[in-house]
Amino acid sequence: MTSRNINFKHRVAVVSAGMTLFRSKMLETPQELAWLAARQALDEAGLTLKDIDCVVIGSAPDAFDGVHMKGEYLAEGAGGIHKPTIRVYVGGATGVFVPIAAWWHVASGLCKKVLVVAEEKMSHAAKPHPQYVFRYIWDPIVEKPLNPNLIWIFAMEMHRYMYKCGVKKEDIALVSVKNKRNACGHPSAQLCMPNITVDDVLKSEVLVWPVQLLDISPTSDGAVALVLASEEEARRITDTPVWIKGVGWTLDTTHWTNRDLAYPEYVRRAAEMAYRMAGIDNPRKQIDVAEPYDPFDYKELHHMEGLGLARKCEAPVLTREGVTQRDGDLPINPSGGLLGVGNPIAAAGLMKVAEIFWQVRGEAGARQVKKPVYTGLAQAWGDLMQAGTVIVMGI
Amino acid sequence: MRVGIAGVGWFGFQPEVVDYSFREMMFKAAQRAYEDAGGLDPRRDVDAFISCQEDFWEGISIADEFAPDPVGGAMKAVYTVTGDGLQCVGQAYMMIKSGLFDVVVVESHGKPSDVVTLNEVMFTATDPVSLRPLGLENVHALAALEARAYMARYGVEEEHLEAVVEKAHKAGVKNPRAAYASPGRSRASTPTVVDPLKEADIAKFVDAAAVVVLASDRVVRDFTDAPVWVDGVWWSTEISTLEYHDWAFPHHAREAADGAYIQAKIADPAKEVGFAEVDNRYSFKELQHIEALRLAPRGQAKELLADGAFCPGGRLPVNLSGGALAEGVPFEVHGLARLSYAVAVMRGDFKAEVDRRDVAVVHSWRGVPTTTSVVAVLRL
Repeated sequence: MTSRNINFKHRVAVVSAGMTLFRSKMLETPQELAWLAARQALDEAGLTLKDIDCVVIGSAPDAFDGVHMKGEYLAEGAGGIHKPTIRVYVGGATGVFVPIAAWWHVASGLCKKVLVVAEEKMSHAAKPHPQYVFRYIWDPIVEKPLNPNLIWIFAMEMHRYMYKCGVKKEDIALVSVKNKRNACGHPSAQLCMPNITVDDVLKSEVLVWPVQLLDISPTSDGAVALVLASEEEARRITDTPVWIKGVGWTLDTTHWTNRDLAYPEYVRRAAEMAYRMAGIDNPRKQIDVAEPYDPFDYKELHHMEGLGLARKCEAPVLTREGVTQRDGDLPINPSGGLLGVGNPIAAAGLMKVAEIFWQVRGEAGARQVKKPVYTGLAQAWGDLMQAGTVIVMGI
Repeated sequence: MRVGIAGVGWFGFQPEVVDYSFREMMFKAAQRAYEDAGGLDPRRDVDAFISCQEDFWEGISIADEFAPDPVGGAMKAVYTVTGDGLQCVGQAYMMIKSGLFDVVVVESHGKPSDVVTLNEVMFTATDPVSLRPLGLENVHALAALEARAYMARYGVEEEHLEAVVEKAHKAGVKNPRAAYASPGRSRASTPTVVDPLKEADIAKFVDAAAVVVLASDRVVRDFTDAPVWVDGVWWSTEISTLEYHDWAFPHHAREAADGAYIQAKIADPAKEVGFAEVDNRYSFKELQHIEALRLAPRGQAKELLADGAFCPGGRLPVNLSGGALAEGVPFEVHGLARLSYAVAVMRGDFKAEVDRRDVAVVHSWRGVPTTTSVVAVLRL
């Protein structure tokens, strides 16, 4: 059975966005980070907490913040006091999933104004490095005894993609260079590198071959918030609401070892769901700007192909030709992405949605892409190379 | 658009499920729920799946990874809510009402018997700056503080708690999955855990999994001839800082109930509701929640309970199942345990002494140190 997917009673708009700096070892508590972002979003919309009906929180593993039932803990910082507050979770893909969940809060007609908050505080998580948290994400019987590291499996995926598509490290490094340069236009960015070159990436420390230090996004602390509203409320709040046109997500099997590592089928299906809802049949032409998830540089290429923004193995070619630059025909990650702005997991995903909001409104300042933006897309990825979440927004 | 329950399935409710992993427990519960929903095929018939679980309960970071396969959701729209199973029902309710989804499956599982350091895990849910440094050796102490505040404000005596415990175990005997029902046991003879709470006042943990299939009114009859309708579901979080919450009254339960009653167009719950399943993971909580759900005026649940109003066969039976005191607390499954029992009573699957099966209210609280409650209103 397929759902009806047409003629929703309630249109849903994003009316404001706010975010903190993305930095390593921020001194604020997770609650404080959440509130800094929430307060910005509320102020921008001219609202107070009294105006908010429901709160949707996103945050990745509890182990990062070191708090069990992190949603309960974050509720207060996210403004979820004496309100229906919920935390949704799809690992790294959570950031884009939070506004998806908030979408049905409004589309159901049960909430009119929803505060959406994503927060992550990674840098204090574990010694010697937050990576340690990822030791406990594996199948406890089959995989955990091998003590795998998350970068190992992504190295396998990167390798596989390079092999299948005949891509060189130099081509992939172009993504890192583009995004870290783009980040210089972002006031919250953690890793603005205006003079970075492909050579710098290729000469950076090898972590797990072929993954090198500058292929990876940093560990970060930060929070991002949006306000979503029903059509009636949105028109009262702003003259330029940005409509949520399509939502989609897919979770593949837990058994990542059985997956085609060269192509993210789960992202394709998530995108299909969102495109069907948004009435998009040719994403390459109909999407003006996209923020695919880029925790590693090869993932931007991988996800462009999964999203149908490039044909299989075509993304490195588009990148080399400059199509994905801010002034290109298909700007990809004009914000600077996770590689440049930083990667506080759930907050990083929501940062991408906020970027599309600002791009569609023409408010992205130095990051504003050259071509006119009518429709944009944000996507995130998570779990064991398993989850894809996609949101399509536009005027 | 109305949202109906097309099928429910559960597995476990044993103090220690030794021969099934959590994934196998999920599978068994899902299989039973799909069978209950007329042999629904999850690969074909379901639009989305929700799993209600918490990482620290699972002992796995990003436990969400393990949600899809056992319920038949791989490569489909699956996500996790870190909350009580009833909150997942709330999400499914919204998803279906949005018009984008017709059939949504809700799953929750809990295997407390796998957790060696339960107190420590529960304690890491407290604020790391203000409360955790106090190093509580028994997290039930937080509930004991609430119990004292409630008892002092509303004149509740230990004999009233005794009546709750006695009622729960008596009712639990008729509940096929109430592993802890022991009607002959006297509360007074059990040791004090944290004054005023005795061992019998505190529900034990239990291993269980539950799955519920929800569907829009457009398609629900494809799966069942007798859907139970979810006519309202709402939840509320009072505050994260425990120091500032009202220790004597669960406002979160009141707010959740009011939201659900508005949706279900229930003006006078004490008259309109046929029976209720509420959280009683501590005996005094049953009294609190009865009042918060407006089934009794504030401070009067104790007398009404003593008069038998909330007993099986009474005016408004509360916890015909015996509740968590008789069944145990299966972590986040608790809300689905209350819901599935209510559904079974409404459909006549479980025999119960109740006059009106047509309207039920179901409530769950997430336990200390949280201030979150969920309430659902069910109709035949």
